[in-house]
Parts: sequence; structure tokens; C-alpha cells
Amino acid sequence: MGMSLIIDAVYFVTAAIFIIGLKQMSSPVTAHRGIVWAGIAMVVASVATFGAPQISLDIGSINLQLMLVAIIVGSAIAYISAKRVEMTDMPQMIAMYNGMGGGAAAAIAAVELVKLSGGMESHGLTVQILAVLGAVIGAVSFSGSVIAFAKLQGIMKKTIRLPMHQIINIGLFLATAYYGYMVATGHPVEFNHVIIFFVLALVLGVMVTTPIGGADMPVVISLFNALTGLAVAFEGFVLNNAAMIIAGTVVGSSGTLLTQLMAKAMNRPLSNVLFSSFGSDGGAAAEEDIEGSMKEIQANDAAIMMAYAQKVIIVPGYGMAVAQAQHKLKEMEDLLEARGVDVKYAIHPVAGRMPGHMNVLLAEAGVDYDRILDLEEINPEFPTADVALVIGANDVVNPVARTNPDSPIYGMPILDADHAHNVIVIKRGKGAGFSGIENHLFYADNTQMLYGDGQKAVGELIAGIKQL
Amino acid sequence: MIEGLPALYIFMLSAFTGDEVIRRVPVILHTPLMSGSNFVHGIVLVGAMIVMGTAEGALELTIGFIAVAMAAGNAVGGYVATVRMLEMFHTSNKGAQ
Repeated sequence: MGMSLIIDAVYFVTAAIFIIGLKQMSSPVTAHRGIVWAGIAMVVASVATFGAPQISLDIGSINLQLMLVAIIVGSAIAYISAKRVEMTDMPQMIAMYNGMGGGAAAAIAAVELVKLSGGMESHGLTVQILAVLGAVIGAVSFSGSVIAFAKLQGIMKKTIRLPMHQIINIGLFLATAYYGYMVATGHPVEFNHVIIFFVLALVLGVMVTTPIGGADMPVVISLFNALTGLAVAFEGFVLNNAAMIIAGTVVGSSGTLLTQLMAKAMNRPLSNVLFSSFGSDGGAAAEEDIEGSMKEIQANDAAIMMAYAQKVIIVPGYGMAVAQAQHKLKEMEDLLEARGVDVKYAIHPVAGRMPGHMNVLLAEAGVDYDRILDLEEINPEFPTADVALVIGANDVVNPVARTNPDSPIYGMPILDADHAHNVIVIKRGKGAGFSGIENHLFYADNTQMLYGDGQKAVGELIAGIKQL
Repeated sequence: MIEGLPALYIFMLSAFTGDEVIRRVPVILHTPLMSGSNFVHGIVLVGAMIVMGTAEGALELTIGFIAVAMAAGNAVGGYVATVRMLEMFHTSNKGAQ
């Protein structure tokens, strides 16, 4: 009795620290402290769980032995992969760890349901329903996250859409719901139903995720993150564990909000992300006339232009991340600042692969975070900037989003780079952006193109500035 | 025991808490925060451990093993990824705010 009171107290404090930790993680100044606190709470809660009445501490117990092996194996694999992964690949690793959590929640439900099918006394209909709900959400989050990982990692390059994909998905959903109902209301639960139910749920997760394009993946990963939280909360009800209920629900709701923020930033209603794919059609539809022509600039001229500017705003996009040009950018920033130039970075909400991903990459290179401004802060500053340097960004600076109601990206908030006195665009080739839409900015009178790989081009700019 | 209505209250209040806690998050912290909340649902580890403790027979033990290993992976991976990202944030006016 005394032991379980201690454990309950530990869970209570853990839940509180998780909430405080998340709160601290919402400010750059306290964020690091927040995650460390949450980490300590997690360790304490896990260690305390060894004292739970369900766990035998007899070292000869096969359950305990396997549990320790599982903890060591799971932790070691995750630790090594998380330490080694490149920052550009972080989004898919988050997807992977999230999928593991969803899978764990589903597996917890699986053990409970297998026990019920083996004749264990049910704890009531509500508990059984919650176990099934957690199971289906967790399983979908697991298999969906694996697909998201495969897509972002480049293992799975094609967006697979079967004929009548949505119809098949609806059928799958109904079948899953039917078997979920059978399992949730069964007493005793049929073992075969449990198996079919889990297989259907896993296939559903795969089928829902495969038609979604790579650009929408961040939103989907965020959604799966929220779903895993919810699955954990439901299994927390099943196991009567307050820490799981509170932590899971908090993640479920904050994750949902974060997903909405991302979808909004991309000007893509969540329903569009889930039920259609971007750019698969209409890519060549709009062949409108574009005024002006693209003008090329040499790196030396661009370097002079920036070195004698008062204010330069750098607009990095995903192309910058791919070219790994962030360290070169920082070097250039230092050179410019030494000459008294005011340098700022303008980050579009969906630059990189996730909101905030570009900030992480720039921070990696040592850029001060107070030089990194988001869309609302920086847009009023473009008219006073002498040079806007666009590197690897395309659709997020395309003025047609403001001007052309027929454009697929019309209405998407963009960075007003075209309002700067001069615009230099570093770009690998002359092709259109991810969405296949021509960028009118490239043809504007005040725009000049600097062709080449991002890292190399910035290197040339640095050399040019040093010569002055 | 937490059952019925109290459980529902916990659920509701936690939901509002989660919404409130991240409402003022600046965009620059969205990815680290997603990673951080990904870590927080690693608490599923304690549930996996409890289930593993009661598992009987090869099937339950196998599923329990998978549950514990994946949950540990969620917690450890989520933590390391978040710390790595947050360690990169420097500021020129340290201690301000």
C-alpha cells in the first residue's frame, strides 16, 4: 500500500513537471531547462515503476529479464541514431520516434486484448472501448509514421495512389471500425478478431499516408504526434495511470494546435493535406505571360552590392538546407557585419521541412536567434532593405500569391522580398519551384539571378567580399 | 482509482492545458517543441513496463517486449533529438528577458 502511494505521488509530480517543461520549451531562453527537467521526471517515473505491484523484482523472473533487455535495446538504438542523425534529417527521425510511441501504445492494448481473449475478466465495456480506440490510433500512427519516415528519407520516392484510393480507404476504415467494435464489445474477445483488427489498423495507417506528398509530410508527422499522445492517454485510462492520461492528453491537444498552425502557415486546410495531393495535377495548367526577363549577375558584382549595403535580408529556403550552406551564410554574415552592414534572416513559416526547422539549421551554424525573424516581423522591413538575398527559396517569395487569384498558391502568406531595392536570387537552375509554378519575382526589374549550388555561390560571395 | 467522471475531468483539463501551454510559442521553436512533446508521450514506457510485468506466455511476452523496446526508443530518441536541437540556440544578449 505504502509503495503504491509513493508511485502515485511520483506520477503526479511527473505529470506536473511535464507540463512545466512544455511551458518552458515555448521560450528560447528556458527551452533547454524544460527538456532537461522533463527528462529527469521521465527517468524517475520509469525507475519508480519497478516498484509497481504488477512487476516482480525477482531477478529470476523472465518478465523482468526481458523488460530490462527491451529497455536497453530500445534505448541504445534510439540513442545512437539520435546522436548520429544530420540536422537536415531530423524531421523524419522525429517521425520514427513518434511511430515507436504509437506502436508501444498499440502493443499495450494488444497485450490487454490478448489477455481478454484468453479469458481474463474484463474491467468493463468502457475500458475495453478505450483500449480499442487507443489501439487503432496507435497502430495508424505507427505504420503511418514509418511511411512518413521512408518518404522523407528518400527510401520511398513515389507517391503511390491506387485507383479509387479514397474508396478503398473508406472501406478499410469501415472494416477496421467493425472489427474494433467486435473486439470492444466481445466477451470473451475472439482472438482472431484481435488479429484481424490490428492488421487492418496497420494497413489503414499505410494507406492513409502513401498518397500524401513529401511537402505535406511535416503536417502529417505533427498530426501523428498528436494522435500518439491521444493513444497513450487512452491506454493510460486502461491501465489506470494518471501520468499517461495527463501527459498523453496534453500532447494530444498541443499537437493538434501545432498541426493547425502548420497547415495554416502553408495555406493548406488539413482536409486537403489528408485527402488530396499537391502539384499532381494542374502543374502545367497556368502558362500565363510573364513580363520582363531573368537577368544574370556575377558573384563579384553581387558581393559588391551587399558589401556596400546598409541592410541585407537573407531569405533561406529548403534549397539552402539541401546545399548545407548555413555555415557559409554565417561566415558571410560575419564579414558583412564587420563592414557595418545590418544582416537579418527572414524565415517563412514553412521554410525547411517543418516550422522552425530552418531556425534550427541556422542556429546550428551559430546564427543568433534574435537575427532570425519570422514573416510578420520581417515583412515591414523589406522596403528599407538594400538587398534581399534569396537562397534556395522559391514559392515562399512568389508575388503571385498576392496578386493572381488563379494561382494554386494564391492567398499563401509570402515574404515580400520583391519590396527590397535589389533582389539577388541564388538558384541552381532555371526550373520552377516545388509546386511547378513560375516565380514572377525572378523576372522582376529589381531582381538578378546568381546561378549555382547554394554552398558554392555563397563561397564565391564570401571571396568577393574579402577582396574589397 | 480514477474512473468515470473524474477521469473525464482529467481528460478535459489536460486538453485545455496542452492547448494553452503552447499557444504563445514562437515559430522558431515549433520543431523543437514538436520533438519535445514527442518525448513527453514517451511516458508510454511506464505503461509498457506494467503490461510487461503481467505478461504470461510467449505471445504476450513478445508483444510486451516490443512495447517496452519501442517505448524506450520513443523516450530516449525524443530526448536526445530535442536536446540536440535546443543546444543550437544561441543568443547575443544572453540573460536578457
